[in-house]
This record gives sequence, structure tokens and C-alpha cells, in this order.
Amino acid sequence: MAHVFPFSAIVGQDEMKLAILIAAVEPRIGGVLVFGDRGTGKSTAVRALAALLPPMKVVAACRYGCDPADKGSACAECATLKAGGRPKTRLAPVPVVDLPLGATEDRVVGALDLERALTQGVKAFEPGLLARAHRGFLYIDEVNLLEDHLVDLLIDVAASGENVVEREGLSVRHPARFVLVGSGNPEEGELRPQLLDRFGLAVEVRTPTELAARVEVVRRRDAFERDPEAFLARWQAEDERTRRRIVGARKRLDDVAVPDAVLERAAELCIGLGTDGLRGELTLMRAARALAALDGEDAVTDTHLQRVARPSLRHRLRRDPLDESDAGSRVDRVLAEVFAA
Amino acid sequence: MARAEVDPDPAWIDAAWAAALCTVDPAGLGGVVVRAAAGPVRDLWTRQLQAQLPAGEPLRRMPARIADERLLGGLDLTATLQLGRPVAQRGLLAESHGGIVLVPMAERLPPGTAARLASALDQGEVGFERDGSSQRWPCRIGVVAFDEGTADDAPLPAALADRLAFHVNLAQLSLRQCGAAAASAEEIVAARRLWPAVTLGDEMTQALCGIAMRLGVASLRASVLALRAARAIAALGGHDEVQEDDALMAARLVLAPRATVLPQPDDEPATDEPPPTAPPPDDSGEPGRDDSRDQETRALEDRLVAATLASLPAGLLAALPGGERARAPGRVGALSASPRFGRPVGSRPGEPRGGARLDLIDTLRAAAPWQRLRRATSRHRHAAIHVQADDLRVSRLQQRAGTATLFVIDASGSSALHRLAEAKGAVNLLLADCYVRRDQVAVIAFRGRGAEVLLPPTRSLVRARRSLAALPGGGGTPLAAGLEAACRLAEQVRRSGASPVIVLLTDGRANIARDGEPGRAHAEADALLVARQLRALRLTALVVDTSPQPAAAAQRLAREMDALYRALPHAGAAELSAAVQALPRQAG
Repeated sequence: MAHVFPFSAIVGQDEMKLAILIAAVEPRIGGVLVFGDRGTGKSTAVRALAALLPPMKVVAACRYGCDPADKGSACAECATLKAGGRPKTRLAPVPVVDLPLGATEDRVVGALDLERALTQGVKAFEPGLLARAHRGFLYIDEVNLLEDHLVDLLIDVAASGENVVEREGLSVRHPARFVLVGSGNPEEGELRPQLLDRFGLAVEVRTPTELAARVEVVRRRDAFERDPEAFLARWQAEDERTRRRIVGARKRLDDVAVPDAVLERAAELCIGLGTDGLRGELTLMRAARALAALDGEDAVTDTHLQRVARPSLRHRLRRDPLDESDAGSRVDRVLAEVFAA
Repeated sequence: MARAEVDPDPAWIDAAWAAALCTVDPAGLGGVVVRAAAGPVRDLWTRQLQAQLPAGEPLRRMPARIADERLLGGLDLTATLQLGRPVAQRGLLAESHGGIVLVPMAERLPPGTAARLASALDQGEVGFERDGSSQRWPCRIGVVAFDEGTADDAPLPAALADRLAFHVNLAQLSLRQCGAAAASAEEIVAARRLWPAVTLGDEMTQALCGIAMRLGVASLRASVLALRAARAIAALGGHDEVQEDDALMAARLVLAPRATVLPQPDDEPATDEPPPTAPPPDDSGEPGRDDSRDQETRALEDRLVAATLASLPAGLLAALPGGERARAPGRVGALSASPRFGRPVGSRPGEPRGGARLDLIDTLRAAAPWQRLRRATSRHRHAAIHVQADDLRVSRLQQRAGTATLFVIDASGSSALHRLAEAKGAVNLLLADCYVRRDQVAVIAFRGRGAEVLLPPTRSLVRARRSLAALPGGGGTPLAAGLEAACRLAEQVRRSGASPVIVLLTDGRANIARDGEPGRAHAEADALLVARQLRALRLTALVVDTSPQPAAAAQRLAREMDALYRALPHAGAAELSAAVQALPRQAG
């Protein structure tokens, strides 16, 4: 892929773009799921993300690209490197790794290095996709078509932040903290509840129904295909602005205050919707804080909460067979109730 | 070729154009969906396509049940062992780079394979992460998908159909109605040189988007494809700018077959378009709404819409608004992976236990590359083959998802006891049928204040009979609760890969509401509400009226559920069983 459609040039789909930006600012949000109509630029948006992310500092000699500042890292390589003093660092791009359908388990978790086994007769660990995605993003298009045993594996690693490989007499564990990004079309099949739960934010994308927006999408796509370089140049400044917004928000994130009143609102919302567990509230709070940071503010307000409520909660609602409305509008209804009070 | 005693059929002309355009820009246009069974007409079309393809560009056939290793690529075991280093082998997609892939029986393509094709089309490259190696190859291809399904079959996977620009239909044609190809190989080559430079006016973009919307074509990909098609058409015609006729043809070939609504040719601008989400246009604000689209664009669009409509085949309009064949939930692709039964579809790492069968060949393949290493490090140097636990592969089996019949039985007092006995008799007979067809059965009963799943889905006839025999009667009729339980169980069954069929035996006289409170009016309203929920699940359902006389309540319930209705007094157990047998077919 020589050229990637620029993030800023995506027309509309504000909720999806917001969710992706929030995940870029706050990786602990736990992933983004983008579900919806065909041809709405789901994978375009995710692939465009890579170009937006500022490079990160990594331990130069570490195969997993660990953070030099990370003290409690579970990485064995870093432990040896750090024992000998301060390891060298370098800047590396944030990985956005594609997990293609049809990938086999050995490539996902890592396995014995085939090349070295064949040529040198040596047992060496060859890291897999999970290692490559460490500190970055792991993208699965058509996530609902992923094979069950890979889903199990992902759920496990995403939850623990660590990949444990026991095969061929090798015993390797390495950190694998990544933001899981999945996209798919609900018509192809539903997602397993356990995997659904791993995604912090869930976004529904719809095809725009307004003619002007549709024309603009087609026009930009066409312009991009005709002359990608000119098109990228035209959107470079806008992409740069977004990048600075992400960088600024990351710096600000820890200083953004979450007032008690907002926390209470978040709890009310979750109670009103009957979401299971604490994960909903936690995600809601983290997302709202990341949004406030993106907006350049020092404290989370009700508005932030309202804007992230749909993507944070819509996939956590219990099914109610008597409620015919979709999950998004149920969230809206409770939002209105809570904030009217 | 076919002597043109009669002029070629319009459908053929469209198909011939689709073939030509697809060769002008295979990767950009994605390809063609051809509705046709194997036969001389399709062969002729394929030959013409091949003749148009410039020399050296591959045209490859892909079997619908291709394994990942052949589709995406994998480790070339022979070369790897010979050369002593990993050698990757390209799959069919990478081998077809720069050409066209033919997919016969595309309607039977598993969703996973369709998704892999779609990803190759989107990214122009194919990658695999398999067998210890990772590769990316360029893969700019066009796909010709032959849809050989009959009207009852599930349609082509939408993920693929959406990405292929042209949808043509050769199913009704005879050889006499066919004609020559739309372009020669030389013309294709000339068009390829020309099309990158073809310009397209903004009014054309707007008009094509406008038509797409008025035809109810939701996917924006279709509009993008229409634009590319218009350019290719212009290039083939030797124009360096898209003309009105080119745009019209693009609309006819790309957008018309995707139509889901029928626009009025001289529609009032406000009637057809979905309500804009932005500021509501009042009538006086009409010019304001059109400011981006001047009169001329509008006129162009109208002309194009009218012409597109005129070109739509009559049958297509009759098929609307269903348009496409119904996407039945229990579609052909709904295959369930089961470790015990079915047809092998490759292997997965795992140990042969719990019914899983060892895939010996794949196990040996997995072990092969490591032999040298293991021989060097193993204590058993003289073993012929070193196989370790990690090598073990078991067969993945797939099974056509079966049917699960859910019996939902009203065991309340109003279904007087002898009626209950009769219902049990009928169910017993149905059970025997289910057993013959190896269907699963489940039993839900509702009485008193709630519903209970007496028997989760099972193939055990004995257990089903026993649970029925032990079913007591009496109490109120919590119909809503019963239906709700059926809803939940049906969804669960569907998730497990089987198609649920609901058989509801009741007199329809609900008197316990969903919250457990008595009260006829409330209870009936609740029941109808849940019935609509069931309808939304698009299940196959049968309502058996157990009241002494056929009652309006049960009939209404059946209507709300979109279910078949039978009254027990008139339906002997034998007839009931016939009705149930007819059900799955009715659902398609």
C-alpha cells in the first residue's frame, strides 16, 4: 500500500473518528469496535490512524519495543538490558498491525524461528503479531469471522497484557499490550459476548443519507485515486493539526480532573441502563477524560460524558426483548433522563 | 460465434460491456457478478472475456471451497526441505496479480473466503501470516463471481457483491440471443492507455450520487464504482472526458442492478429522498437546498434517472422492494464448526481427544521443517520422525447447521387438561419426525406465573418424551413470558449455528402479564408485543390453536408472529406434522 487515505479527509462519521482518537490518547480504554454498513470507510479510518500517531520512544535493543520509562515491565530482554545500566533508546513508529483472516496461531503468538532452525539448527523464538503490536494497535477487519481459537487467544492476551508461549520446548513470555481495533458487518454474524466485552468503545457506522455528504465522500475518494500525492499534500496540514491534538492530549491526560459530580452522573447512567459490572463506568470515565484532554480542557464536564456515553455503553446493555429500539437510542433515552434531573 | 439472426438481447449487451470494462480496469472496478448457471452462454461470455484480456495477464479459476494455504499462500514444504531454508509459496490470489479470478458457484462461497477476497480487492495486496512465515504480495485483481443459485438459494456474500462493480444476468438467455464482444483486445489496450487521463465533471459526480440515492443504493462504494466505470466507458469510447452517455451507461450497469426502491422519474425533489438529517427543508427553502446543485445538474440527473429507469428490466421492478433475494438468517453459509461430525475443512492445532480426529498429513507437514533441529537435540537420534505435541493437528469439521424445533407449550388451566393431552400427542408425533431428520428439539412450557425451559435443545428423543409426560397442567396463562423464553432460546440456538423453528401450542388467551400480574388486557398486549419481537427475528414459526373452537386470539397472535396457523380440532396430529415439515422450506 503506497498511499493511505488521510484521516482528516474522512467525511462525517464523527463518532468513529472520536472513538479512534480517544483510543490513541488513552490506550487503556481497551479497544475500539467499529460495526456497521458496508462501504462506510471503517477500515480506511483505522489504517489512516497509523499516519497520525507520533513516534514513540523504545528500548533500542529490545525486540518488543518496550518503553524505556516502564519500570515494571515484564519483558525479559529489557530486564537484562537494564541490568547493565541505562539502555539505549530510539524513536520508532507506533505499530498498527493487521491481523489478516487466515492467520495461523503460530504467527499470532510467535513460535520457533523456522529460518534459524533450518539453517543453523538452533532453537530461537520468533515473535509473532502480538509482539509486533505491543504498545500499538492490533487491527482485525471482519472480526466476527475470526476463528474461535484465535478469539480465545486474543481475549486472554488482551486481558493480561502478556503473551505466554509454551511450545517446542520454548518458554517465552513477553509484554503484549495493544489496543484491539475490530471492524465488521453485523450481517456476517454476531460477536461473541466475551470478545465484545474486551472492546472499550463500540461504534456503529451508518451510510450517510444526505446527498451533499455522499457526493463529498465520492468526490474525495475520486480525487485521492486520481492523484494521491496531491491529495495527501492537501490534507497534510489538517492531519498535522490532529496529530498535535493527540500529542497535546496525551500530555494533558493525567492532569484532567474528574469532578465527583461527573462521577455520580456516570454511575447514574450505568444504573439507569442496567449495565453489568464496573467496566462500563470505568470506560465512561476514561473516555470522557480523554475527550476533555483532546478538547484542551482541565476538567471533565457533563458534555464530555454525554458525547462518549453512546460508544462507551451501547454494547454493554442487557438485551430487553420488549424494547424494539436499538442500543444507541436506549443510551440516549437514559442520558436524557439523567441529565434532565 | 452465434449468428445474429436476432439482435442480441439487452441483457447480453450489458454483460458484454461489463466484460470489456472489467478488463480495462480489473482492480479498480472489482469485477463482475454474473448470474448464470454453467452452460454455453456463460462459456461464450467467459471466452470473450479471456480474448479481451491482454496477453500474459492471468485468468484463474478459484474453487469455492479453496483452502487458505492455496488461496493466500503458505510454506512450500518441498522447497523448504530441499533448500534447508523457509521458502514461501504464493497462493492463487497472488498468482493472479494483474489479472482476473473466476469464482464458479460463488453463492456457496463461505463468508470467510469472501472476506479474504474482499480484503485483497480493498488493499491490492495479499498477506498471510501462516506456517511460521509472513509475506505480502501485490495482488491487483478483478473478480468474476458466477452466481449459480436458484431463486431460493441464498445470494452471493454481500461483502463480495458490494465490491464488484457490475451485476449482470445471463440466466434467461439462449445462445441465439448472444452477440459479439463489446471490444477487441486492441481496443482494451487503447482504453487502458487513455483512462487515467479521462476527466469527469463535477456535475457528473453529483448526478451519479443523486441517482444512487434515488434508487436506494445505500453503499457508497457503488457510487465510487459508478464513477470509475464512467471513466472506463469513456476511455473505451475514445473520449477524454466523461460524456452524458457514458455516465448513463455507468448508472445502468453499476447502479440499476443494485436498486432497492423505484424512484418516480419526475419526482418532486422532496418525495423520494430520505429525510435529510440536517435542517429540515421547508418548501420555500427549496432553492437554498439546491444551491450546490444548480438547475443544470438537476436536469442532467433527471435525464439520467429517466434513462436508467427505462433500461431496468421489467422483472427487476417486480422483485422490488425485496430486491435481492431474502437474506434468510439460516443461510447456506450458516455452517457450524463441530468437532465430531461433518466434512473436513482443513486442520487446526490441537490434540486428538474429545472426539477430535488426528489429521496425520498436516501433523507430519507441521513436523517436517523441524526434523533437522530435533534430530540434533533429541535423545532419540535414531527415531525416523520426530513428532512433538505442538505438531499435532486435528481435522476441522464443518457441518451444515441443522434445525432445532422449539416446542412452546401452553400448560395453563385454560388449555383444559384433555386439550393438553392432545397437544402432547401431537408433539410426540412431531418428535418422531424430528428424530428421523436428526433435528434437535427443545421444550418450553408456560403456566402459572412464568415460563420454563423443560428441555434445552437435544437430539435425545427419550428425554424429550419424558419431559413432556411429566408436564403438569393448570394455572394462569403467562403467554408473554412463554414467548420471551422462546425468543431467548431461539437466539441461543441460532448462535450455535442451527436454525430455530418455533411450534407454539396455545389457545392464545393470555391472562398473566409479563411482570407476573394478572389481567387479561395487559397480558394480551404484552403477548402481542413479544410476538412482534419474534417476528423481528425472522423465524419460522407455527401456531397451533388448542382452543376447542378456532379462536381469534390465537389467529391474531399468529399474524403478529408472522407464523403459520393451524387449529388443533381440525388438524390431526398427522396433518400437524406435515405442516411442520413444510415449514423450513417455506422459510427458504
